[in-house]
Amino acid sequence: MAEMEVAGSGAGGSPEAGSGSGWRRPHGPLQRYYGPSAAEAVEAAPDPTDINGPHFDPEVFLTKVRSECPLGQLLAREAALGREIRALDSDMQTLLYENYNKFISATDTIRKMKVDFRRMEAEMDDLAANMAAISTSSARVSAALQDRHRRGAQLAGVQALLRKLQSLVEVPGRLRRWAAPGAEPARALRCHARARAVLRHYRHLPSFRAIEDESHAIMAELAQRLRTRLRDDTLDPKELTECVEMLLQLEEPPEELCEEFLSHAGTRLEAELAALEAELPPADPSGAAATPPPTSDILDFVDRGSSAFVGNLCLLAASYRSLFEGRPGAGDGRLEAFAATLTTRYFELLERRLALERGLGDTSLLVRALDRFHRRLRALLELLPAAGAEAGAALVARAARERVDRYLRALQTFFLGCLGDVRQALAAPRPPGKEGPGLPDLLATLASSVLGQLKAVLAYVQLFTAKDVAFASLPYFKGEFCVEAVREGLVVAFVRWLCRTARGFADGPAERGAPAAPPALLLLLARLCLDYEATTISYILTLTDEQFPPQDTGPVVTPGPALCAEARGAAQRLLDHYVQVQGAAVAQMLRKSVETRDWLGTVEPRNVRAVMKRVVEDITAIDVQVGQLFEEGVRRAQSSDSSRRAFSVYSSSRAPGRYAPSYTPSAPMDTHLLSNIQKLFSERIDIFSPVEFNKVSVLTGIIKISLKTLLECVRLRTLGRFGLQQVQVDGHYLQLYLWRFAADERVVQGLLDEVAASAAHRCLDPVPMEHSVVELICERGPPRVTLENSLHLSLVKSLVTMDSPDVLERWTDRQTLLLEEIRSI
Amino acid sequence: MEDDAPVIYGLEFQARALTPQTAETDAIRFLVGTQSLRYDNQIHIIDFDDENNIINKNVLLHQVGEIWHISTSPADKGVLATCYNKTSDSKVMTCAAVWRMPKELESGSHESPDDSSSNTQTLELLCHLDNTAHGNMACIMWEPMGDGKKIISLADNNILLWDLQESSAKAVLSSSTALEGKGQLKFTSGRWSPHHNCTQIATANDTTVRGWDTRSMRQIYCIENAHGQLVRDLDFNPNKQYYLASCGDDCKVKFWDTRNVTEPVKTLEEHSHWVWNVRYNHSHDQLILTGSSDSRVILSNMVSISSEPFGHMVDDDELSDQEDQHQEEKKKFKVLNSPPCSKTCQRSADYPSIQSTLNAFLFCVLCYASNVRRQD
Repeated sequence: MAEMEVAGSGAGGSPEAGSGSGWRRPHGPLQRYYGPSAAEAVEAAPDPTDINGPHFDPEVFLTKVRSECPLGQLLAREAALGREIRALDSDMQTLLYENYNKFISATDTIRKMKVDFRRMEAEMDDLAANMAAISTSSARVSAALQDRHRRGAQLAGVQALLRKLQSLVEVPGRLRRWAAPGAEPARALRCHARARAVLRHYRHLPSFRAIEDESHAIMAELAQRLRTRLRDDTLDPKELTECVEMLLQLEEPPEELCEEFLSHAGTRLEAELAALEAELPPADPSGAAATPPPTSDILDFVDRGSSAFVGNLCLLAASYRSLFEGRPGAGDGRLEAFAATLTTRYFELLERRLALERGLGDTSLLVRALDRFHRRLRALLELLPAAGAEAGAALVARAARERVDRYLRALQTFFLGCLGDVRQALAAPRPPGKEGPGLPDLLATLASSVLGQLKAVLAYVQLFTAKDVAFASLPYFKGEFCVEAVREGLVVAFVRWLCRTARGFADGPAERGAPAAPPALLLLLARLCLDYEATTISYILTLTDEQFPPQDTGPVVTPGPALCAEARGAAQRLLDHYVQVQGAAVAQMLRKSVETRDWLGTVEPRNVRAVMKRVVEDITAIDVQVGQLFEEGVRRAQSSDSSRRAFSVYSSSRAPGRYAPSYTPSAPMDTHLLSNIQKLFSERIDIFSPVEFNKVSVLTGIIKISLKTLLECVRLRTLGRFGLQQVQVDGHYLQLYLWRFAADERVVQGLLDEVAASAAHRCLDPVPMEHSVVELICERGPPRVTLENSLHLSLVKSLVTMDSPDVLERWTDRQTLLLEEIRSI
Repeated sequence: MEDDAPVIYGLEFQARALTPQTAETDAIRFLVGTQSLRYDNQIHIIDFDDENNIINKNVLLHQVGEIWHISTSPADKGVLATCYNKTSDSKVMTCAAVWRMPKELESGSHESPDDSSSNTQTLELLCHLDNTAHGNMACIMWEPMGDGKKIISLADNNILLWDLQESSAKAVLSSSTALEGKGQLKFTSGRWSPHHNCTQIATANDTTVRGWDTRSMRQIYCIENAHGQLVRDLDFNPNKQYYLASCGDDCKVKFWDTRNVTEPVKTLEEHSHWVWNVRYNHSHDQLILTGSSDSRVILSNMVSISSEPFGHMVDDDELSDQEDQHQEEKKKFKVLNSPPCSKTCQRSADYPSIQSTLNAFLFCVLCYASNVRRQD
């Protein structure tokens, strides 16, 4: 505490000095910074006031304390110092006593030791004398016994030698005993091996040579017997190995043994293969005959094959290695060639068995079988790296690929089946008043079932790449299988095939041979392809890429957009074909109606011809049908009164600037010129042009085809006055009901104008019907009133305003009579 | 000759009938028959002077009715046959007659067009083909290599073979056959094959193409559903036996080998509306000209099914030159035809789009809207 105070005041001068060390402490570093000289001085100079320090100077300290501290503090300090000094004194006294005591006891101990050592010295001298006496007598005894000892050792040596000789003499006997058939040839061999070196060494002595010769003869006989045994087919592999081992010990030539060994093992393995082959139906080169289903499943087959054949082959390879390792003339090449031939045959058999797996069967079973095969094969390959690793892997890959192909075919069959169902549903007669399944339902069913099937197939195929399947780690299954087999071979191929099949409905049987597809099916397929283009393809591809991730460096894959383009192309083709088929149907109707009618002799038109009503009905039906599957589409903006607009060939209120051929009987050339010039400025109409994927465009296409047909047919006929008027009426009727289906009302208008103009050209007596009458006939619904000519117009108008059916009918009767009168005139 | 523009010749009336004059070997001459219900119809004789690239025309009156079909005698350049509509008592009857043109026109006189238009001359009637018992005449075919004595006409469902006697002044029906079947069968078009000693003809009715032997008047082959819709025209390959081209309302042109009629040899789908006519070029049969009511005339180069499939044409270079220049035409299409015996293409409704030309190859296109265009 005192030091604190000193340090605080020593820092000097600050007004807060002494107010508390806790507060001042953080300022230390700052002070050192601002006043380095002061701080250094304190640290450098030894502090004479430090009571515990080495440089303590009592004088300085006292002066300092006296001068600085108040009295109370001085007193307290004195008391404290006194206490401290007393405590230190007592401690020092205690230590001094202890030291002294220890010194005393040490002195005592040393004195006692001095006395004891003096007695021990005398006893040691006695001992030394005794020892000298003992060694002298011992030397005497051993000198006396030395001679006998040497003789004894010599005798023991002779006895050992004699025992050895004895055993050598016994060798032939023992050999004979052990080498006898059914005895222990192994012991005989051990015995012979031991004796052989000695006998060879002493063979210059006649007696030893006799023994050697005899044992040789015995061993040769044994070898002979072993060889005979080796040729015995019933030998199991273990016995075989023993046998060969013994022969090797007999120093038989290894090449020969190797040959024998392999051929024997070969026979056995062949037998196993033959047993496997027996399960297979005879190879049928034509492949056409229906083979009966195999008796056991593939897993069973592979199990048996791998445990019997592959297991034995492994065993064989292992024992071959241990037997012939390092022997000349029995290199690995032989074994490998041997194993390669056999495995090739085994692969062949397995392949034939796999080929029998025709149906879709249980994929998991197949995967397990292949997995087992592959595992066993891997075990074999560790022993024999050259035994056809590639062939095995290729076999598995081929089997997987084959299965994937089969799935593709199954998918195709499934899709065709679905299509068949759809066709049936479309063709099925419906009870009146009861709607069959709508096209959207059929489409949804078709799309979802196909997609579901595809997903299921993907799930099955995924078994091949499951983590717990050994061969899934092969590079083929990681890369190529995912991309080439599954993505390209299965998914892409299926989508392509689907597009092609759909297209086939448009391209193929439309005219020759097979019955054409119903138009609704074309429409349905068009929509299906369009949906594929929009969503399904990308969905399927994403799904596939997720389940079968492609390698980065893998082969080039078909990009999604290309597939989409294909699907779109198919959809376009189908829709175009739909338009053509429907258009042709309507056009055919129109053509027949124009061709079969007598246009010269026809009576004055009283109503719209039934065929026109039929046309409108058909087109309305098509509209409904297309509307079920396709969006409405964009229609060109039109004036609000377009439906009311006149069928304008002869109307006076013609829109300016529009193409509208006029008919002026006196100047045909002028109208030609006029119409030609007008045509140059009006839009050209492509009749069989591709349509867009919406209802309006489809309907426009159909209407264009129909009306163009009408135009061409009318141009081929010669019309009378009423014929022309009938065309006028029909045209107006069509205009009235068809404009709303077309994308551009002007297309309908333009074509109908041309029909009317052509009809006028082809007319002998071109007197057009009053336009208001035409309108009346068309708007009256099913008309019954006969109109002879426009003279009756006012009358009819008044009748219509009366809105009385009775009057109208009575008038009709009268009118009929009138008509007949006029005819007779 | 070098310019690409077609030579255009305007007619007063609409027209559907056009024929080259096959007997004329010196000049390039076409005959056009007009269709007018209210005025006297005309036959325009159009001579094309390919040195000066101008047209000389003569007009003959054909007062009996509008002409639906016209054909010329292969032997006598003054003789022609027409099928025409005769209207009477609110009945239309299509009749046929053989005519002789005035002597001075036969030689292909080179009057200027201005003079000839003033003095129209009349055809001299040689004989009527009496068809009262057989129905409307659809077309008349002359025996292609013959002496102009034999003609065949198609009338509704009958094929009639006539012998012209007393220098064509009298037509005797030598044999005939009728096509029987359900419904109202009607021949639309026919073609006399130049092969097999001119003993075969092909006819079209509805969607069916049939072949007939003119000696026995028996059917020898039948292509059911040759087209999806009505068959409009036929033509035989002039240099290759058995090969037949057909066209129809399904916008297609098909080529057939008549020995195997189950499948067409080839199908073209270039037009977008009914194809009304198909014609082979008589010297280079890989060139096919088709006319359609989609307002297009297309010339196709079908080397693969021509009589010279390996392309060893004499004027290969010439053709390829042109091809390079007119790449805007589709694929192997060039607009070409040979002058002396070119049959032409009729009736394209609005604007026929013809794009390229070639020296000395020429064809004639007839537009319904009363224009004849000649194409170098």
